[in-house]
Amino acid sequence: MRKVAPYLVTGPFAIVLAFPFYWMLWTAFKTDQDLYNVENVPYTWTHGSPTFHNISFLFSDTQYRTWLQNTVIVGIVVVAITLAIALPAGYALARLSGQVGQSLGVGIFLTYLVPPTLLFLPLSRVIAELGLQDRLLALVLVYPSFTIPFSTWLLMGFFKTIPRELEDAALVDGASRLRTLRSVVFPVSLPGILTVVIFSFSLVMNEFVYALTFITTSSQKTISTGIYTELIRGDVFFWQGLMAATLLPSIPLALLYNVFLDRFIAGFTGGAFR
Amino acid sequence: MAAVAGVKPETRGWRDVLEGRRFLAAVLIGPAVLFIAVLIGGPLLLSIYLSMTDATAGQLSGHFVGLDNFRDAWSDPVFRTALKNTVLFTIISQIVVLISAGLLAHALVGPFRGRWFLRFLIILPWAAPIPLGAVAWLWIYDSLFSVVNWTLVNDLLPGGGTFHLYSVVNAVTPWTIQPFNPPQWLGDPTLALAAVISVHAWRVIPFAVVIFIAGLASIPTEVDDAAKVDGATGLKKFWYVTLPLQLPIATVALLFGIVFTATDMTIVYVLTRGGPFNSSQMLTTWAYQKGINAGNLAEGAAISLYLLPVLLLVAVLMLRFARRVEVS
Repeated sequence: MRKVAPYLVTGPFAIVLAFPFYWMLWTAFKTDQDLYNVENVPYTWTHGSPTFHNISFLFSDTQYRTWLQNTVIVGIVVVAITLAIALPAGYALARLSGQVGQSLGVGIFLTYLVPPTLLFLPLSRVIAELGLQDRLLALVLVYPSFTIPFSTWLLMGFFKTIPRELEDAALVDGASRLRTLRSVVFPVSLPGILTVVIFSFSLVMNEFVYALTFITTSSQKTISTGIYTELIRGDVFFWQGLMAATLLPSIPLALLYNVFLDRFIAGFTGGAFR
Repeated sequence: MAAVAGVKPETRGWRDVLEGRRFLAAVLIGPAVLFIAVLIGGPLLLSIYLSMTDATAGQLSGHFVGLDNFRDAWSDPVFRTALKNTVLFTIISQIVVLISAGLLAHALVGPFRGRWFLRFLIILPWAAPIPLGAVAWLWIYDSLFSVVNWTLVNDLLPGGGTFHLYSVVNAVTPWTIQPFNPPQWLGDPTLALAAVISVHAWRVIPFAVVIFIAGLASIPTEVDDAAKVDGATGLKKFWYVTLPLQLPIATVALLFGIVFTATDMTIVYVLTRGGPFNSSQMLTTWAYQKGINAGNLAEGAAISLYLLPVLLLVAVLMLRFARRVEVS
């Protein structure tokens, strides 16, 4: 019984949770004749399936490549801004300012609870007034507002787990504070930084509300809104294209997450949830 | 708080100033605080201001109208539906997520053959960006080609045998599925809400599992050993040892979950856009509908601000919680 129990619990869940991905994969390679016929068994490939036509359609007849590119650009810039601001803040909150830092840290973290759905209406107006409508710059500017609070808090937890003595030893040895940071603190906190990078990037990819309200030009869209708004035209759904477009970015992310999962777990237990 | 906590932190604080540390800290923390103040504090105040004016799309100001927008929003039956849906959506999906994730984390924490693969499958939904995952479900719940419906109403046995899943379902709930009139998952008010809840749970369970595994992994092995020595096993151990130790992390996860569920808009927007006939509107989609589509910026802001009490409540609970953890 003890041997079978894990499978009994995880098996059904795994099937339900992973099914949509199997279905995306299956649908992405179907021909129209196969897909749009209620007589066909959906679990089989017939009438010319599998075909690569849908994937080539995605790359040649839509702006999919541009959306991917935009997503990567926004992601990288936002991660860079986030690190530049959250790293020093997280470190300072963990080390340099005692009791005040503690309260400030909790305060910064609480701002993470203020969701985009509460802020997008006034922000959409501000973005329009600034002339940033339909520009990636709008997203680059606004996205750090939710990556920074979370990252600062996560990094603060991480820095707290690094023994102070490690730094003191370096300082005593005559290293400057900056050098200590560079050669002692940051190498040790690399898992934390990595967690923040992956997390911030995935928050960017998941963001929908700002992208939907700020950007309406096709060439400036990211995948989070591009696929939904451009591959569904009125009542016409390009289902195979939609499924392929959805699946492609998910695969590398899934592998990345799984490889780093243990680091994530270390990141969460490493003080962030204490 | 410093006065209660005693003299020690205070003196260290003063020494920090003498060492110039406080200045350094301000330089390091300043940009983060500034960024947050401008991009979260600013819009939040602006939103509160707009909600008390008659601003429409294209304006950032208007005449002061007091609480009229909040009253107007409240008297709209669609708003009531949206409020009810938001509450249902939050509570039901949180219950589903907590129970599922608790079970899964327990099953996944120990070693067994194939654990890596099963964990991979369970983590998968987390990898798909939410709007894309929701699009996949849009297809699964399609009105004509839904694979769920096909599986329910078609003969699943090859050759001469007959086995219909719907007959199994109908044996328990006879009124639910007619073979020639399969459920319209996104076209029926109740089912649409259920679909939205299920997709949200699908999306959040993996993340909750990761957090719970982290919590379980942080229980020191000595505790496990001690429990074993004392003869606590199975349910007993879970109730008296694991659960109390898991409570802090579960509380944080729950509080987070409440905020991110109540304020989520993506899944509803992609799946139903609040339809059919506004029956699955949430506060967020209704605010979007009013503020962006209908151009009533002020009322849209007012509608979304109805979420603020939830946020404040959770924030207060979090603070309480953080303090209690610090003390212990």
